Amino acid sequence: MRYIVTVFTALLTVALIWALNRSWGSIPAFGPLMSPFTGFWQNAEVTRSGDEELTLSGTQEPVTVLVDDMAVPHVFARNDHDLYFAQGYLTARDRLWQMEFQTHAAAGRLSEVVGSRALELDRFNRRMGMGYGAEQTLAEMEKNPQTRAMLDAYTAGVNAWIKQLKPASYPIEYKLLGYAPEAWTSLKCALLLKAMTSTLASGADDLLMTNVLRKYGPTVTADLFPNYPAHEDPIIPVGTKWDFTPLPIPKAPADSGQNVANLPDFALTQLFRHPRANPAIGSNNWAVGPEKSATGHPILSNDPHLTLSLPSIWYQIQLVSPTVNVYGASLPGSPNVIIGFNKDVAWGVTNVGSDVLDFYAIKFRDASRKEYWHDNQWKPVRRRIERIAVKGLPTVNDTVLYTHHGPVVYEAGQKAFKRNIPVGYAAQWIAHKPSNELICFYELNRARNFADYRKALTYYVAPAQNFIFADNNNDIAISPNGRFPLKWRQQGKFMLDGTNPADDWHGYIPAEQNPLVKNPPRHFVSSANQSSTDPTYPYYLNWIFAPYERGQRINDRLTQMQRVTVDSMRQLQNDVYNLRAADALPILLPLLPEKGLTASEQQALQQLKSWKLNNDPGEVGPTIFTEWTAQLMHAIWADDFNEGDTLPMRPPTFDRTLTLMKRDTGSRWFDNKKTPVREHLPQIMQQSFRATCDTLVRRYGSLGTGWSWATYKSTDIRHLIPGLDAFSVLDLNVGGGAGIVNATTERTGPSWRMVVALGPEPKAYGVYPGGQSGNPGSPYYVNMVETWRQGKLNELLYLTSSQVRHARITHRITMN
Amino acid sequence: MIQILFIMLLSALAQLVLPWWSIAIVAFGVCFWRSTRGGQAFLSGFLGIAVVWLLYALLIHLRTEGVFTGRMGLLLFKSESAALPLLVTVVLGGLIGGLSGLTGFLIRRATNPAVSAPRDA
Repeated sequence: MRYIVTVFTALLTVALIWALNRSWGSIPAFGPLMSPFTGFWQNAEVTRSGDEELTLSGTQEPVTVLVDDMAVPHVFARNDHDLYFAQGYLTARDRLWQMEFQTHAAAGRLSEVVGSRALELDRFNRRMGMGYGAEQTLAEMEKNPQTRAMLDAYTAGVNAWIKQLKPASYPIEYKLLGYAPEAWTSLKCALLLKAMTSTLASGADDLLMTNVLRKYGPTVTADLFPNYPAHEDPIIPVGTKWDFTPLPIPKAPADSGQNVANLPDFALTQLFRHPRANPAIGSNNWAVGPEKSATGHPILSNDPHLTLSLPSIWYQIQLVSPTVNVYGASLPGSPNVIIGFNKDVAWGVTNVGSDVLDFYAIKFRDASRKEYWHDNQWKPVRRRIERIAVKGLPTVNDTVLYTHHGPVVYEAGQKAFKRNIPVGYAAQWIAHKPSNELICFYELNRARNFADYRKALTYYVAPAQNFIFADNNNDIAISPNGRFPLKWRQQGKFMLDGTNPADDWHGYIPAEQNPLVKNPPRHFVSSANQSSTDPTYPYYLNWIFAPYERGQRINDRLTQMQRVTVDSMRQLQNDVYNLRAADALPILLPLLPEKGLTASEQQALQQLKSWKLNNDPGEVGPTIFTEWTAQLMHAIWADDFNEGDTLPMRPPTFDRTLTLMKRDTGSRWFDNKKTPVREHLPQIMQQSFRATCDTLVRRYGSLGTGWSWATYKSTDIRHLIPGLDAFSVLDLNVGGGAGIVNATTERTGPSWRMVVALGPEPKAYGVYPGGQSGNPGSPYYVNMVETWRQGKLNELLYLTSSQVRHARITHRITMN
Repeated sequence: MIQILFIMLLSALAQLVLPWWSIAIVAFGVCFWRSTRGGQAFLSGFLGIAVVWLLYALLIHLRTEGVFTGRMGLLLFKSESAALPLLVTVVLGGLIGGLSGLTGFLIRRATNPAVSAPRDA
């Protein structure tokens, strides 16, 4: 008996330790997690203070880092190697888990960490050629000795941090998911850039538009999906002269746009549910010239809109060496500052949205798929094997077929992960091409004038950005810039024929012929993702860009503004005027029959009519307007353009719909085909308004403060791991919205706001919705969120010497 | 009583360099060495570990103003209060310590008959 008790107790103890030492599905290993010596307790941090002396092998000379009260490191190095080494080290110290997770995601390696639930996402990223593209880009970057040295130093810095980590000091996410950081490589820097390209330049309506064309034919398609919107105020002001001789524009094949009937149409019945690319990802930037500024020098503003996430997308840093002194927002995982300023210049970016992803129907010779037909000959198919490690399961091998166009994303019979990805087509994507974006930022960080800016931009490939620029010589400029494929008009609006060389990309638009405007007569430059140019630009970039409202509002305001200050720029960043409502309500309201509305619907209508068109958090007007336009768009188009996954299509834009309501109130599109009666616009208006009120009452109770815009919108800043509410900031009371200058929507918004006033000394201000630390246990994790929510900015400390004393410097780190 | 102090001291030292489960080895070893009764062994192991874990966790909690304790409470136990993370930490450490201590005593008793008869009751 005694022995039985002994054995039983011993086994129980061992079993308990074993069970607590491992994770169970999504339940983490509680033993190491709860231990105050190794677990989450170790991740709790206090406000940083006290000087640090670090002995690191890897720096060539001592590096001094001054850290300010926002935990921004100001790095003073004696050479560029040490500078990028320190950037890698300090960024990893604050953001290691995020850096690795994002690059794992880009490489299609999440299954390694979270198991088979990420397998289809991993397969998708790999089949899109993310890893392949990163390898191409890395090879190109390493050809340049300067970028190679920079990458090596940055990588060594990250690894110097990783090397001294013990399990107790791993970021909390490793402890929760039960894995360990691996060594950083230069490839991961390339993967990070691919991730940005994937976020910003992987939009593709080719399949959806082809299906529209198949169903409705070219006339209707051209009518409902025009290549230039009715309302527009392009980035390059109308009337700007193109001072170059364009290359000959390639000839469209005779059957272009008509040949869709001949394109293969593989069954699209089995699709994974996946939302469309988020249209609210966009950005604003503008710069005013000396004529418009109160300082007599340019003032530049930028706020890139991305998914609101934690750890924050950006990491502030000042980098100082004998060759550079730059401050701004960097991307964890990439050397240099991406958006920032130095003593002479400031620059910023917004996304261009040019069409740089096209799909080609591939005709294989036979079932072996070893050759495909192109330019009247059989060409060899290359095979790339993707080995996807899956946590707790055997490795999955996936073979991807590569043509000269690019990878065949899904072969006939496979399921597509996203509904806009055609099955049986090869993707040609700018992300697959060799590129060296790093050298562009390296040069921008060191730029002194307009000529330096122009030179830096020539190196940049993807994701194409509207690079805005201002300098101390009082020049301002903006250029939609990146490597743009040379195409015939509308090439890539629909899917392409992979056998016909006329459908290939025909080289690229020369970098110096990318759209550009410098010191325009209106004394300001700006962009908000709208059309790059008006239709006079000789080259084709895309048929659709972001809706025009943000850009128009910014331009209207800037046109009126005189004696611009940093604070008036800040106010413009926080502008919540709803231009879409201003355009639409005068058209919508007269078309809405008020007879027949119930008393409470009448009340809602009165609210809408008395609304001042501002998307402030407490307003009810934007809630009613936003819900109504969504219901209205659905009521008009869903019967015609939503056939589910058998024929995925996209509906026409709001801009086109508004024109239709204005000019053709009797249009057949207003009829709901799914009902036996013929509906007319007034009925649709009233039905959709009623549905709006019903929906809002169901969700928020009867008309009142429950309908407030902030409640309806419910802005969240979420941790990168889905469902980690405890590490997220939820339900922020904040205004703005899609198409509003303050573009804070449910899940997206200004990921960094910056205003720089140039002059004898740059005065700069900025904030982002998060904090410098990626550690949820740090006081610097979300410490800037409230400032951001209020629309305020922090002064950015631009230091000129490591000896400087400033009240906001809390401590000093010396690296030896 | 002396066992508890031994376990506290040795486990704290061991955990500075070894994984969390080194608490089991310490509690096992000390109780194998010194314990005379099962209940006493369990209690020594439990308290020896629980007190160290409590003190260390409490120290971190207070020093960092409990910001992360609340977040972890929300994450693991759906409650922002610091009580549950602290309680679970203490009970978990204590339980492993106690069971390991008890195992130490039982194995010693099974291998060394001299211990088998309790000296007093």
